[in-house]
Amino acid sequence: MAEALLKVDNISKRFGGLLAVNGASFSVAVGCISALIGPNGAGKTTLFSIIAGFLSPDNGRVFYNGADITGEPPHRLARRGIARTFQIVQPFAGLTVRENIAIGAHLSRRGRGEALGAAGEVARSVGLGAQLEAPAATLTVAGRKRLELARALAIMPRLLLLDEVLAGLNPSEIRDMIPVIRGIADNGMTVLMTEHVMQAVMSLAKQVFVLAEGRVIAQGTPQQVAADQRVIEAYLGHGAARRMAVGAGHG
Amino acid sequence: MKTYLPIIVVVALLAAVPLFTTSNVVLNFLVTALLIALAGQGWNLLGGYGGQYSFGHAAFFGTAAYATAILQVRYGVNAWLGLFIGTAAGALVGAAIGALTFRSGLRGSYFSLVTLAFAEVLRIVASVAPITGAGVGMLIPLDLHAQAFQFQSRVPFYFIALALVALSLLVVRAIENSRFGAYLAAVRENEDAASALGVDAFSVKLCAITISAAITATAGCFYAQYFLFIDAGIAYGPWISIDALLAPIVGGAGTVFGPLLGALAIKTLGETTKLVAADAPGLDLVIYGLLLVGVIGLAPRGIAGLLRTISRLRPSSGTTLEDSHG
Repeated sequence: MAEALLKVDNISKRFGGLLAVNGASFSVAVGCISALIGPNGAGKTTLFSIIAGFLSPDNGRVFYNGADITGEPPHRLARRGIARTFQIVQPFAGLTVRENIAIGAHLSRRGRGEALGAAGEVARSVGLGAQLEAPAATLTVAGRKRLELARALAIMPRLLLLDEVLAGLNPSEIRDMIPVIRGIADNGMTVLMTEHVMQAVMSLAKQVFVLAEGRVIAQGTPQQVAADQRVIEAYLGHGAARRMAVGAGHG
Repeated sequence: MKTYLPIIVVVALLAAVPLFTTSNVVLNFLVTALLIALAGQGWNLLGGYGGQYSFGHAAFFGTAAYATAILQVRYGVNAWLGLFIGTAAGALVGAAIGALTFRSGLRGSYFSLVTLAFAEVLRIVASVAPITGAGVGMLIPLDLHAQAFQFQSRVPFYFIALALVALSLLVVRAIENSRFGAYLAAVRENEDAASALGVDAFSVKLCAITISAAITATAGCFYAQYFLFIDAGIAYGPWISIDALLAPIVGGAGTVFGPLLGALAIKTLGETTKLVAADAPGLDLVIYGLLLVGVIGLAPRGIAGLLRTISRLRPSSGTTLEDSHG
């Protein structure tokens, strides 16, 4: 496997009586799309927030490009080249699309004009070119998801963390979005996505980590994990894999 | 340069006023309006652009006013030098309050209440501390010389107040067109999203409150020289905190001209109601309050927002996209 850009080592996080993440470990290879999947409540969002610096883990470490980044605040991580999107979109509602994206572009560009110009280019690359001057508050859900993506891309990250960027989109919007994400990875960016839309995971990810009850229970290519008995049980309940096998035998 | 043109035009128009009238009543009215506009511009930077609603800008105004007065009365420092030291002192208080409140993560109404508390604590301290003249207040001795920042006529005061307001307009316009201004707006709109894009929200807010405090502080220095008397209730009293936030909100928070428009509007309202209800004490305040409720109800984005809406309605082909600023 290629060298790891992001390494999550034995992370645990407890909220009162709930152990949300329980010793999760995995490595994200450089230059491809990896997906973190798992049933509801598996701890994906918690783990994601820890990687992105919005939560501190109780235990374990996060390494990026060989450096220990555990507990570093989000703005420092952004400066290191880690960008994230939010599952619940967080547009700067009072600003235009261009101004929204320019905030990201300002990370490497001091000048206002320069940043606004760069924002236009990024917007076109995700298909927001036509809405550049519209207030972000007037965008549709699909538009806001694209805006999340555009803002993150504007900081020119090496590692892009996508938190359910397809959630809430209809099938045709998902179809439109998948090539955008693939295009990002084709440009050499490393992507780690959490996703519920399996069709997207199957077609995009090279590497999949399955999280259940706070642990990584399986990892491999999408085909490998889809066939993994532990994964089927995590999603469909205890004994489901066996029942399915039996059912298939009878049919 | 184009973005600065409106400022130059407005300042030039105001600078022409003494050509037409040197009436003390008119100039006095305008000087107090400019004073509120200046204090309000400070609030506007932090509150209007940065979304951090301070209820305690009196802390900066009062510190600067006292610094100017104390340095002159007790240490014989020149008043012009006092203007700079007072401004620096106000900025320092701003940085200290900002560091404490923002470091502990206070947002929204909690930030507002804590700033109010800081101003009130300073008011109480100033009303008992010997150095501030305690309850008696401080009288700056009369010395009508330009070197002492005192003038016989209101005209020089008017020009100085106008110059300070012009400077504050330019500073805020420059910030508006800078990366810092963009970051400030991002922090106002959504702090988490901003930090994910590399914005250090704490530094941005700290910087904003420091500049904000400095602008309001210049108003405090000017006040001390103009009226030559301050006490705890004037310097740190809630009146200036309220006027400093009312002017930009009425005029249009988060716009360069908001504080100036608002200050002129609320001063006009205040004076008019005083004239109308001269015989019934307190009635002017009732009318004033009702009018303010009306203004804010009808124009929630202030006069600047109202003007923008009107100019957008006129060409009927124009976009009807709602400008959801702030």
